[in-house]
Amino acid sequence: MSEVMHECKHNPGFMRDCLIPQVGIITDIRTETPDVKTFRVNAPEGGKLFEHMPGQCAMVCVPGVGEAMFSITSSPTNKEYQEFSIKRCGVLTEHLHSMNVGDEIMVRGPYGNNFPVETELKGKNLLFIAGGIALAPLRSVINYCLDNRDNYGEIDILYGSRSADDLVQRKEIEEVWSKIPGVNVHLTIDREQEGWDGHVGFVPSYLKELAFDTNRTAILCGPPIMIKFCLQGLKEMGFAMEQVYTTLELRMKCGIGKCGRCNIGTKYVCKDGPVFRFDQVDELPNEY
Amino acid sequence: MQELINRAKALLESGEVARVLGWRKGENVWDVEPAFFNNAEELENFVYNGFCGANLSKYMIEASKLEGKTLVFLKPCDTYSFNQLTKEHRVDREKAYIIGVGCKGKLKVENIDAKGILDVIGADYPDAAETLTVKTLYGDTEVSYKSAMLERCHVCKGKEHMVYDELIGESVDTIDADRFAEVAKIEAMSPEEKFAFFQSELSKCIRCNACRNVCPACSCRKCVFDSNKFDSAQKANTTSFEEKMFHIIRAFHVAGRCTDCGECSRVCPQGIPLHLFNRKFIKDINELYGDFQAGADIDARGPLTNFQLDDCEPDIVTKRG
Amino acid sequence: MLKINKNNLSALFAKIAESNELYLPVKSAGKTNFAAWDEAAEVDLDTLKTVKSPKDAFFPQSENLYSCHKEDGKTKIVPEKLEDAPFVVFGIRACDVRAIDVLDRVFLSEPVDSYYAARREHGIIVSYACHAPETSCFCKTFGIDCAAPAGDVVTWMIGDELYWDAKTPKGEKLTALVADLLTDADAAAVEAEQTAIRSIYEKLPNGTLSLEGWGAEAAQTRFDSPIWEQLYKPCLACGTCTFVCPTCQCYDIKDYNTGNGIQRYRCWDSCMYSDFTMMAHGNNRTSQMQRFRQRFMHKLAYYPANNEGMYSCVGCGRCVDKCPSHLNIVKVIKAFGKEGV
Repeated sequence: MSEVMHECKHNPGFMRDCLIPQVGIITDIRTETPDVKTFRVNAPEGGKLFEHMPGQCAMVCVPGVGEAMFSITSSPTNKEYQEFSIKRCGVLTEHLHSMNVGDEIMVRGPYGNNFPVETELKGKNLLFIAGGIALAPLRSVINYCLDNRDNYGEIDILYGSRSADDLVQRKEIEEVWSKIPGVNVHLTIDREQEGWDGHVGFVPSYLKELAFDTNRTAILCGPPIMIKFCLQGLKEMGFAMEQVYTTLELRMKCGIGKCGRCNIGTKYVCKDGPVFRFDQVDELPNEY
Repeated sequence: MQELINRAKALLESGEVARVLGWRKGENVWDVEPAFFNNAEELENFVYNGFCGANLSKYMIEASKLEGKTLVFLKPCDTYSFNQLTKEHRVDREKAYIIGVGCKGKLKVENIDAKGILDVIGADYPDAAETLTVKTLYGDTEVSYKSAMLERCHVCKGKEHMVYDELIGESVDTIDADRFAEVAKIEAMSPEEKFAFFQSELSKCIRCNACRNVCPACSCRKCVFDSNKFDSAQKANTTSFEEKMFHIIRAFHVAGRCTDCGECSRVCPQGIPLHLFNRKFIKDINELYGDFQAGADIDARGPLTNFQLDDCEPDIVTKRG
Repeated sequence: MLKINKNNLSALFAKIAESNELYLPVKSAGKTNFAAWDEAAEVDLDTLKTVKSPKDAFFPQSENLYSCHKEDGKTKIVPEKLEDAPFVVFGIRACDVRAIDVLDRVFLSEPVDSYYAARREHGIIVSYACHAPETSCFCKTFGIDCAAPAGDVVTWMIGDELYWDAKTPKGEKLTALVADLLTDADAAAVEAEQTAIRSIYEKLPNGTLSLEGWGAEAAQTRFDSPIWEQLYKPCLACGTCTFVCPTCQCYDIKDYNTGNGIQRYRCWDSCMYSDFTMMAHGNNRTSQMQRFRQRFMHKLAYYPANNEGMYSCVGCGRCVDKCPSHLNIVKVIKAFGKEGV
């Protein structure tokens, strides 16, 4: 190791500067859906690249191709590796999808705040609502809560996608989450599909059908249109904005609140977010 | 100027036009800004003076997408750009009501050799003043109108408007230099001298893209320099080679279409004489294919898009050295 | 208080440059910008405003962060060496010195930007009072006195003499280095010069603008104003204002393929550019009005809200001089002032 690679005095956990990544090895790739793959990443010498909290993100980079912020989908309670569920939708993600186990990528992080799993969420009943790829950020909280089961009350997971083939982490949902006492999983897909005997319909309408009481904290992640109607549904059910959490996603380059592009109002989503309570979101200019 | 305002008000009132594209008063006589006016009240801030250098043709691309006609004021040289944009189907002639305005040469406040300028008297149109009285923090001074003119006005294309619906105001001959003299001077340099000249000018470039964004010929919806498909960044020079390439490639892209409106040089914060690149192409085109002025004739085919059997061969470049 | 005759300045610069990289206003191809000094440089201390601000000295328009290449099939990351030698920036105006404070609050707040921090640690600022303020100046609006800049050493040009006053230990050290070239001077001359400068400044049309309604509160009250719609229209979406601005600090991170590796560099970016907030799945600011608003809201509302009321504009007036469409922060401030909203 060259002498400049020592740990940074300002930024513990980083090599000298928060902008310099570490090399990570892809140790497993699971094809979740036609356009989503989950990548497992380890340090070259084994183990995790860094410790994180549920909701935090990391910059994943392929030199010469690009770098982008992804939520870390694995729970910090997993001591062996970190995972990223990545949807193919741009130059970098296209490239990542073409990579193989054993390939190197570069990762820096973790960045941002996290879901308040040790404070506000502790002892609460939890309602997770996700659509499509947005299960990725929630999976880390869900698994964190399940691994610390005694700290949380009843857990409901409402998850929907376009079709049964687009449900991310379906195996884990059906084989692990559904079998844990006090955990209710509600799956839905947008349209009828052969071989699907579960619920059909959009997430917001299923949410209304399920008619949850307000004795719980909701964590909501999904495409903007789903968020809009779910939030409306939650309001109608009597939820206060202080009871609902979400994550915001804006263009990011530095991850440390300096490069300016994720600035919205007085907040930098990479540093002050990505997790926001809806009463905090309401205070931001409508530019997300 | 009041005549322009009155006419604009009348056209708005009659419903002939839906809006007016002109210049709005700034804080000072020299900081007028291009602006859209939607009613008589807004037109009270309309101004037309010596500092209305901005070529409004390019704003007509957006205005062409709006409902109804837009009244646009064009100086003689601006009409070449408007024609060229019409030819390239970027503006809609039917959406424009063009008032050709007279011009007696446009000014650049930076060309006035004085510090702490508070006011410039004599810049008003059609005021025939040949001398500008400059009021400054450090006393008053006088400069000739010509000495404060934009470079392009010294090589003016003429007093004629190439396209218009009506004309208001007289123009003045401002030409007092040979349009291609500067280019010829560079052509006469040795390769080393040329390189040193371009190096010193282009190394000032900060990649702000003002030249590209103001250029009526740069009307691509997405610029090649904004592509993320290759290493070239549109906002920084990754190498000293790239700072030259940006301008040279841009000159190639507008060759045969550039009307020599001079906006690139007018807006460059570093004062790079960008028009010289374009003018070199114009000079070459004139010499190789016969005299051609982009934007003069809307039906004429551009020399670079019009293949003739007796066109010169590409090796002319090496032959002439 | 010390001084040196104008004719000896090249000796002063040569002495400083013996042991420090020296940056100062240099005229090249007709324009004055901060550049490294050498004997051939045409030093220009008369031009009030360099085209680009001196922020390059601490936050260059482009800089490498690290490079990576393959070694035995494994990716090797080599961070760029940090600045570790002292350098002097001579001739920074009062507004530009304040701009460095503004940048400090961004780059030196946790987590610290080590590239910037290293330059700040090794950089020595020799500021230079403004003998002749220009029409586009409005630094006093932000509490800056162009007759008394901050800095490690403060200088004034009075007649043919450059007056020299060290203000910090860094400045004392630099002064010791060039002590042989300086002679004792009477502070009264500087006081007279300051009075003269301030009396000129009083005559400026925009010398003191009212910032009423701006600051943290504006983050909530001015975002939805219809005034933005009226103001932004002539904006060409170029980056001139951001690139000549001494406080704009947004940057992009990009890769450059050297042929046998990748250089990861950062470069200034502009919130005026349409791709600034572009993501694979869309853009949260799709109109130029939104981008235009972001720039001014950031300087006049968001930044003050996060920095105890300090504005991220220093009134240097470069954007006033350089905007191709003559839009600028003065017009924005005044437009809101006029409407009283």
